[in-house]
Amino acid sequence: MADAAIHGHDHEDQRGFFTRWFMSTNHKDIGILYLIVSALVGFISVAFTIYMRLELMNPGVQYMCLEGARMFASDAVCTPNGHLWNVLITGHGILMMFFVVIPALFGGFGNYFMPLQIGAPDMAFPRMNNLSFWLYVAGTTLAVASVLSPGGNDQLGSGVGWVLYPPLSVNEGGMSMDLAIFAVHVSGASSILGAINMITTFLNMRAPGMTLFKVPLFSWSIFVTSWLILLSLPVLAGAITMLLMDRNFGFTFFDPAGGGDPVLYQHILWFFGHPEVYIIILPGFGIISHVIATFSRKPVFGYLPMVWAIIAIGALGFVVWAHHMYTVGMSLNQQAYFMLATMVIAVPTGVKVFSWIATMWGGSIEFKTPMLWAFGFLFLFTVGGVTGIVLSQAAVDRYYHDTYYVVAHFHYVMSLGAVFAIFAGVYFYLPKMTGRMYPEWAGKLHFWAMFIGSNLTFFPQHFLGRQGMPRRYIDYPEAFATWNWWSSMGAFLSFASFLFFFGVILYTLRAGAKVTENNPWNEYADTLEWTLPSPPPEHTFEQLPKREDWDKGHAH
Amino acid sequence: MAHAKNHDYHILSPSIWPLLGSVGGFAMLFGAVLWMHDITPFVFWIGLLAVLYVMFGWWSEVVAESRIGDHTPVVRIGLKYGFILFIMSEVMFFAAWFWSFFKHALYPMNEYAGSTYVPPEFYQVNAFELPLINTLLLLLSGCAVTWAHHALVHENNRKDLINGLALSIVLGIAFTALQAYEYYHLLHDKDWMFGGDKFFSNFFMATGFHGFHVIIGTIFLGVCLLRAMSGHFTQERHVGFEAAAWYWHFVDVVWLFLFFAVYIWGIG
Repeated sequence: MADAAIHGHDHEDQRGFFTRWFMSTNHKDIGILYLIVSALVGFISVAFTIYMRLELMNPGVQYMCLEGARMFASDAVCTPNGHLWNVLITGHGILMMFFVVIPALFGGFGNYFMPLQIGAPDMAFPRMNNLSFWLYVAGTTLAVASVLSPGGNDQLGSGVGWVLYPPLSVNEGGMSMDLAIFAVHVSGASSILGAINMITTFLNMRAPGMTLFKVPLFSWSIFVTSWLILLSLPVLAGAITMLLMDRNFGFTFFDPAGGGDPVLYQHILWFFGHPEVYIIILPGFGIISHVIATFSRKPVFGYLPMVWAIIAIGALGFVVWAHHMYTVGMSLNQQAYFMLATMVIAVPTGVKVFSWIATMWGGSIEFKTPMLWAFGFLFLFTVGGVTGIVLSQAAVDRYYHDTYYVVAHFHYVMSLGAVFAIFAGVYFYLPKMTGRMYPEWAGKLHFWAMFIGSNLTFFPQHFLGRQGMPRRYIDYPEAFATWNWWSSMGAFLSFASFLFFFGVILYTLRAGAKVTENNPWNEYADTLEWTLPSPPPEHTFEQLPKREDWDKGHAH
Repeated sequence: MAHAKNHDYHILSPSIWPLLGSVGGFAMLFGAVLWMHDITPFVFWIGLLAVLYVMFGWWSEVVAESRIGDHTPVVRIGLKYGFILFIMSEVMFFAAWFWSFFKHALYPMNEYAGSTYVPPEFYQVNAFELPLINTLLLLLSGCAVTWAHHALVHENNRKDLINGLALSIVLGIAFTALQAYEYYHLLHDKDWMFGGDKFFSNFFMATGFHGFHVIIGTIFLGVCLLRAMSGHFTQERHVGFEAAAWYWHFVDVVWLFLFFAVYIWGIG
């Protein structure tokens, strides 16, 4: 048993508020900071979409008017303000991709639990860890400033879509676009430093005797994610630097008038963008593995194939990027290659999904809140994965490209996949991080409201896409009215569940039942973080853990 | 603290540098946007100063920590991993520029009349004049760093360590000076432009970012030279110097790709 675990509460934390939270070199505190800030940014980003769903609830434009944005529909004249719509859709994408999901899963849970799972006293570079966090805050500030500063069409903000495709992004007026580019630069730097830190920690600081294939799956997922970040984000930095030069210094990387090629940008962006998809989802895979094993009271099925599946998904993620661009005019051979390579990813992903099912098979399943979220993840991520296989077909993609079918697909993978994994992680680890237990009924109510709400939002979008409704428009013909109305209802329900979630967290922090034992779940939560007090003391593993602390006979 | 740590990892006390550095970085980039839109250059410069100050303060602290023995063998392994990973991310950054170069050189936009990678009216640099000299300078500089490393590790010869480092720095500065001269010559006498065509875009950004890295590497070697003169490096303990040498070789290799691809194959 680790020294800190025995003596955890015999000294008071001496650090002042500013020292603890603004000058931190402590991976647990930095992890909590990441989770808090990403929750706040998530709220902003979700608020954007609620306003967008409000606008899409009925045909015609009732809220986003040039005469002024409205919260309530009225009889006054309303000229549609497409720019505002575009700004919100861009802001939602950029915030969610760079400033919510990665910081929550990779920055938050990765920081807090990866070192604990491998028995490391802290990260390899604790001070640089804090630089990652504060650069993330700086990047967020730049991104929000971008939405609020002078942009295209003589209005505020940039409406170019989160992928920042030229020529639109090069021609968009004002400072807003440049701020967005720098926001992505800074968030990229933050993630790259984080990735360097995680990889070094993973390679150099594992507990004595913990060989690579004895490391818990969540830590493995963070390790592979780090490699994806390390190798893909610098390429994005190059691409957006080219954009910056084209915009401000008369360069012509992407301007055909100077011999440039806009499709080049799409290639470089998606060379980053596809690994980015796995950067977002892989840590979720890790969390889900632990939650399912714990609440099935069985060790995870097929540990080794699970690890290799993560590695395979990470490697394959680098060679499939152009399936996002079937319609730009690639040769048939290129399309055939990217189609085949894309479908190959279904194999390791299938290994994971079936291994989770096999973990539950014959288990003694307990439907606590984290398990509900994991269950929801499994079902919904699989739906999103299957529509992904549909979209991977270059021929089929001709019809679905830029329709709501694509919107439905990637929200099933991300909004319902990654976000459900985040909530599974929050409820699973909340008692560990705070020392207090959330009310079980509240967690379940949150789950069911979100599950019904988000399915109601996104499932009908498959129908809309099949009917031919294009994405990224402020308005639509009457024919699409019914399912859009239902989709908006679902969005409102999901938003209500999100507000309720904040309430649950605040209640738990103030008045949740105290957690006295190290492990509030059961003996199948057998990784090292469950040998520590809840919450863990400032310094953990001052005496490195011994093999019997983590090498459970039944685990593998 | 009730219990002392009982392991060799480096646990740091709280530090203000990360927060200051991020505030400085924010000011620098926000200021850059203000400057690009002709509002004011001052915010950028203040931010840049803050960033440089943080770099100086932070890395001075790291050196001080190594002097008092915080960098145990396992911590040194970690620092090396970290630096190699950083170089790998730099390689991927250059991958973006080479991607753009090869795309434009191999597949110029044929639909547009007369489209070649180097339009015929542009002056064509002879790769075997100044660029070849630059290649030799940089390779020699890499040799000098290796000499310094050999002198330290195998002979514990501080004099040759310092000589080798000084020589590599001089050669690095010569490279930068010649590169600056070439830029001036091309822009001033040969009607090249900074932008305006995909050829100029690729040439100046690829060689420009490389040149920027040469300057960083030269400063890094300079810091190592000062530390070598103060006797910071021993046969076993010289992570900072090793990192600088790796970085310098990385900059070398990028240049070789630039020389063979962009200069010889691309322009020739």
